[in-house]
Order: sequence, then C-alpha cells, then structure tokens
Amino acid sequence: MPGRLQRARSGEAVAEAAVPVLSAADYQGILADTLAAGHRLLACWGEPRPEGRVLVTAAIAGDRDPTVGLLSTLAGGPLPSLAGECPAVHLFERELAEQLGVVPAGHPWFKPVRFEPPLRPGPDPWGRTLPLAGVAGVPPFFAVEGEEVHEVAVGPVHAGVIEPGHFRFQCHGESVLHLEISLGYQHRGVERLLAGGPTARTVALVESIAGDTAVGHALAHARAVEGLAGVEAPPRAAALRAVALELERLASHVGGLGGLAADIGFQPTASACGALRAEFLNALAELCGNRFGRGLVIPGGVRFDLSAGEAAALAARIDRAWAQVEGTARVFFRAASVRNRIDGIGVVAPRLARRLGLVGPSGRASGIATDARASHPFPPYDAARLTPAVQEAGDVAARARIRRDEAAWSAAFVAAALRALPPGPVAVAVPPPRGDRLVISLVEGWRGEICHAIRTGADGRFARYKVVDPSFHDWMGLQVALRGQQISDFPLCNKSFDLSYAGHDL
Amino acid sequence: MIFAALRVLGLLAAAPLVGGVVTRVKSRLAGRTGPPLLQPYLDLRRLLSKGAVLGHPTTWVFRAGPIVSLAAAAAATLLVPLGGGPALVAFPGDFLLLAGLLGLGRFATALAALDTGSSFEGMGAAREIAFGAFAEPALLLGLVVLARAAGSASLSGVLGPGLAASWPIAGPALLLATLALFAVALAEGSRLPVDDPETHLELTMIHEVMVLDHSGPDLAFVGAAAHLRLAILGALVSRLALGAAPPGLLPSPVALGAGLLAFAVAVGVVESTTARLRLTRVPQFLVAASVLSVLALVLLLR
Repeated sequence: MPGRLQRARSGEAVAEAAVPVLSAADYQGILADTLAAGHRLLACWGEPRPEGRVLVTAAIAGDRDPTVGLLSTLAGGPLPSLAGECPAVHLFERELAEQLGVVPAGHPWFKPVRFEPPLRPGPDPWGRTLPLAGVAGVPPFFAVEGEEVHEVAVGPVHAGVIEPGHFRFQCHGESVLHLEISLGYQHRGVERLLAGGPTARTVALVESIAGDTAVGHALAHARAVEGLAGVEAPPRAAALRAVALELERLASHVGGLGGLAADIGFQPTASACGALRAEFLNALAELCGNRFGRGLVIPGGVRFDLSAGEAAALAARIDRAWAQVEGTARVFFRAASVRNRIDGIGVVAPRLARRLGLVGPSGRASGIATDARASHPFPPYDAARLTPAVQEAGDVAARARIRRDEAAWSAAFVAAALRALPPGPVAVAVPPPRGDRLVISLVEGWRGEICHAIRTGADGRFARYKVVDPSFHDWMGLQVALRGQQISDFPLCNKSFDLSYAGHDL
Repeated sequence: MIFAALRVLGLLAAAPLVGGVVTRVKSRLAGRTGPPLLQPYLDLRRLLSKGAVLGHPTTWVFRAGPIVSLAAAAAATLLVPLGGGPALVAFPGDFLLLAGLLGLGRFATALAALDTGSSFEGMGAAREIAFGAFAEPALLLGLVVLARAAGSASLSGVLGPGLAASWPIAGPALLLATLALFAVALAEGSRLPVDDPETHLELTMIHEVMVLDHSGPDLAFVGAAAHLRLAILGALVSRLALGAAPPGLLPSPVALGAGLLAFAVAVGVVESTTARLRLTRVPQFLVAASVLSVLALVLLLR
C-alpha cells in the first residue's frame, strides 16, 4: 500500500484528522492502483460538508497486511468513475451518488442502488426530489434486443417465503443472456437510524441489519464501539463471542446445504439439514436465550455467561450434531444425481470474482483466499491460525463445498473453545466514545466480511455510521454467474450464494 | 362389463390416494409424519368449494383447459385394463388412443397456460410440450413392445389374462418395457426426477407453473386430472410388472389395489433418493426410456 494512507488495525480508532484528505486525482489514483494490486475496497462513504461539498472516505485492505488503509477526498463535483477499471467499486459509486449526489462521471450503468431518499436535500443526480414517488425497482433495466429474446420478470413478490427482490432476465429460450437484480425493497434507513448514537436502541438496531447475521453485525458494532472508547473485551467474553459467531455460521451453512438439497429435490439431505440446523440454533439459544443470538453481544463483552457444566454439555452436543451433519453431507456430495445438478453450474471464474471483489464463501469458492478471521484477526482468532477454505471451480458445487468445509472448522473450533473457556468476567464497563475518531471494524460473518465504519463528532456521538454487509459485494457475482445458464438453474445459483436482501438494502 | 365399469369407478375414486401414498412414503423416509393419506381428497374438496378467479386476458380456452384435460384423463381410464380384467372399451389399436388422450390433456393444459399471456406460463408450456415430444414416443414404443410380445393390438389383449403366458417367453423384453413405462409415468405424472411437485420455485417448475393462474374448481380439475394420469400409468405399469403372477391368483380389484400401492411406494422411494434432473437432461432421460423400448423390440424381433 502506498505511504499516503492512514493505517489502522480493524477495531482501532484513529483521530479523524489523521486520515489524509487528498486531491481527487490522488485519491482515485491510489484507489485504482491498490485495487489493481489485489487489495479490496471494504467500504466507501460520504459525509456532507459545507458549500455542497462531500467528504468521501474509502477503506481498503489486503490479505497479508493486518491493517486497514484509510484515505479521503473532498469532492466538489463529479468524480471520474473507476467502475470500468475496477468493477468492484461500481455499486459504491452509485450509492454515493444516490446518498449525496457525487456523480461518478462515465459510470457504465448509472442508476440508484436502493431508491432511498438522499442524505441531503435537493434534487439528486436523477432529478428526484423528496418525497420520493414510488418504491424500488424503477426502470430502466438492462435490456437485450433481438427477435427471439424475451424478458422474464420475477418478484418482488415470490412464491416462497423469502425476502423481496426484483429479477429481470433477458433470455433466449431457456438460456439467460443477462440478469439484472434490482433491490431496495427492504430499505429501512439503518445508517440514518444509527447516526446520533450510541443509544439504548443501537445494539438492537444493529442486530436487525440482517436477521440471519445478528451475531456478526452485533460483534462488528461492539468492536467498533470498544475501539472508539479505548477498551478491550475480556478474554472470556471474546471466547464466548467467537463461539456465538461460529454457531451462527454453523447454523447458516448447515441450513444452506439443506436449502440447496431442497432446491434440487434431494430429500435425504434437505430434511436432515433442516433438523440439524435447529441443533445449532438451539445451542445459540442456550447461550443467550435467543435462537438467532440476539441480545448476546454488547459493547464491552457479552450479556450472558456459561457455567463449566453447561459449556461441557454444549460442546458434547455440538460434537454429536456435527457427526450427523458430516454423514448427511457425505451422502449429498457423493450422490450422482446431486453431482449432476451442482457441478459446473453458475460458474464465476476466479479472475472475474477478483475483479468484482467478491467476499466470503462466494469469493472463496472462486479462489479468493480472503477471510477476515485470518487477515484481520482479533482474539481469539489470532491464536486459532485459520487457513481459509478455498475452491477454484467457482460453481454451485464449489460454494457448497466451501460451506461444508467452513462449518467443519467452526464445529471443531466451537467444541474446543467451549472446553477451554478462559476464566474471568464476561464484560467490562465501556466509557463514552471519544470524539472526532474514525474506526473500521471487520468481522467475518458467515456470509463474508462485515464492515462497520463509525466516525464520531466532537461530542463523541456517531456522526456517520456506515455498514457494509457482504451481500453488497456479492450480488453482482450472482448476476454474472447466471450468464449463459439455464433460467431453471437460477433458484439453485441464488441459493448457493445465499445473499441477504436486508443486508444490502439497509 | 359390470366389473370393468366398477374397476373404472374404483380407479377414478382411488387416483388421489396414489398421490397421498407417495407423499406418505416420502415423509416417512425423511423421518416426518407427513400429511394425512386422504389429504389430496381434502384439497380437492376445498378447491371445489371455492370460486375461480379469472385473469383479464383469458378467454374460454383458459376455462376449457382443465375440463378437457380431466375429461381426456377420465376417457383414458376406460381403455386401460385394470388389475388383469378386460377394459371397458377395447379395440385393436386402442393403445394409440390412450397415448392420444394423454397428449390431448397435455395440449389443453398448455393452451390454457398460453392463454394467460404470462411469461412464466408460456415458459412452462414450452417445457411441457418440448418434453412431451420425448415422452410420447417413449410411451408409444413401450406399448408397441407389449403389443408385439402379446401378438395383440389391443391393451386388453396385451395386459389381460394372457400376460402371464407372455412373461416366460418374452421376459427380458417385458422387463425393459416396464422400466421404460415407469420412466414415462414419472414424467407424465410430473414427478421427480423430471418435475418437482413440491417446489415453490416458479422458474424450475414444469407442470405447476402452467397452472399458476388456475384457481378454485379449475385448479381442482387440473389436480384431479394429474392424479388420474399418474394412476392410469401406475395401473398400466403395475399390471405389467405383476402380470408374471399366474392369472386368477388375485381377484382383479385386489390386484389393482396392490399394484397401485406398489407403484406409489416405488415412486415415493425414487423421489426420496434422487435429486431432480437438470432441465436440459430431461430429454436424455426420456430418450433413454425410448432406447430401452427399442432394445426390447430388437429382442422380440430377432
């Protein structure tokens, strides 16, 4: 990373003044160079400044460097778009334009991301004014022309009980030429609600960013607030948090394998995984009383402790449940009818995945060996020496294998951690956040890298709270995975990515 | 004659139970209790007591689809010799009419789907017709094998009391034909591995997506027709498979019941142990069924 960046560890607060404010050309040059050199954009957000200018800040990270690089620029007008060069930034650029009117000049597909009201008054780059008419899913959509090309529109209301999203397929017969996914139906204004905090509601809000990643987001938030306050959670709390995070991963990965099996009508694994997922959710409930881990992680530590007896019993239960998962996963991956269905479907080639900046299991299935637990570890992961699970094929089967392999690591980790919980308190008092600080907090949730960025004002309140859910990086992966596929394989591809609508829409 | 009519009525009444047994077998193999055996009947009653909602662009074609497909399936039951007894209607070449009636039902359902103007239903109809083009030759070839083996061009002659005598002579050919017709039955009945009757994913559906716009009594007719098609082919395949038993061992109603039960269990076991085929592989599956029949024919003609 070039030297003109402010570096900070994940969860370490730096003075806001220390982040260099570069000229637009330098900012974009550094961003383009670092991304081309294999770094990834964690987050990019803007804050309104006087005279209609916008302070744009970017956070970047690499795999071998345990720090996060911070740089910013003061944009007074359009910024040239980097999306053509680095497709990974394209959604961030659109988001910035939608929220604060910073137009990415020359953006290849310039339209709002979530159809959310802008963060500052006045017409936005598309001429929309408050109050916004209509909801998400507003045209134009990418269209293909030709005599035999037809369009299939799916959603936002679906036949199953899933989140709302609109999918536009450009098809030639049964094969898909292009898929455009239009989201925003779940926009609740999370970042706006979090600004001005911390309040008594903050943790509950953070836990509902993506309901299936409550622990992941709560942990990212807690570590950010601890960084701002300058405290560290005690070892026992850190261990219990990691146990909860891995239980969340186990439940989601096991449930995800079952979902894949259900989508291809393979009943043995579908029904077994459905039942086994509950084992891990129940383990979370035993930790904190909530099956999705809500109310466990707070800034300063965790709310609940486990007795030695409870921890040992829980570890034994995890071992037993995992043995069953292994059995049913073996059946799944060995069955010829399953292999026929998942091999070579929905391929995202490693080179493309890298350019799109995919994260989490979807990225690792395409050869991107990035895992925040390994690249930006915090206790107890720094001692766990995790080697990220990687596959090269980038197809549905690779994504399924990644989820099995990660779940295997998590099961072993949870059982071992529960048997060796460090003694001591489970929480420390957290003083109010220090003012004029900036903190980036990275947590590897089950879906990938969760990034929370907080800048405090002079009074120590959250002046800007930026959340990047891994889904924000990965939805584009699903769109390109569908190219040249059969439209009937879309549900299977979608399930293999297993992305969050709410996490994207905030 | 009276007995044949009673057997037809029995099949009409028992057809939904076949689906109920399949669901029960799947549930049990998955470790669940599953819905009641009679759930398909309850569903039909519920739908029949509802009103139908018609989309704006639909015409009489949409209303006629379910009626024609149910009528075609009901007419087809008259042609199938059930449980070893003769069929109510029998004439040389009646197996062609059987295939034609099944095709007519498919045609009517697909037309009704196209009549809605929905892209989903058009997609479903395209799939149904495309796969039908592979399923029908497979069915016909299978029936030709039977006709050749029995030396009769009527289903009643083929699957009647004489079947027990054909098995020792043409056993391998009949076995291949049984397998081929079982595969066709899975496809015609919209079962795994061709179609997944339980999926809620509209983009992967074949039969279900064609009937998305039907409601109330129309949907009940569609459901009843689907049950009947599965039961007819089930009766045919099971009679063929169980035909090796000496004639008169079981009275025909018992043979019919046992055959349908065995067929339903077999379908349930297949559905519980295999994943669904990729849509692009469905034709291969059906062509494989045709190839089995051709092989059987070669064995018979050598």
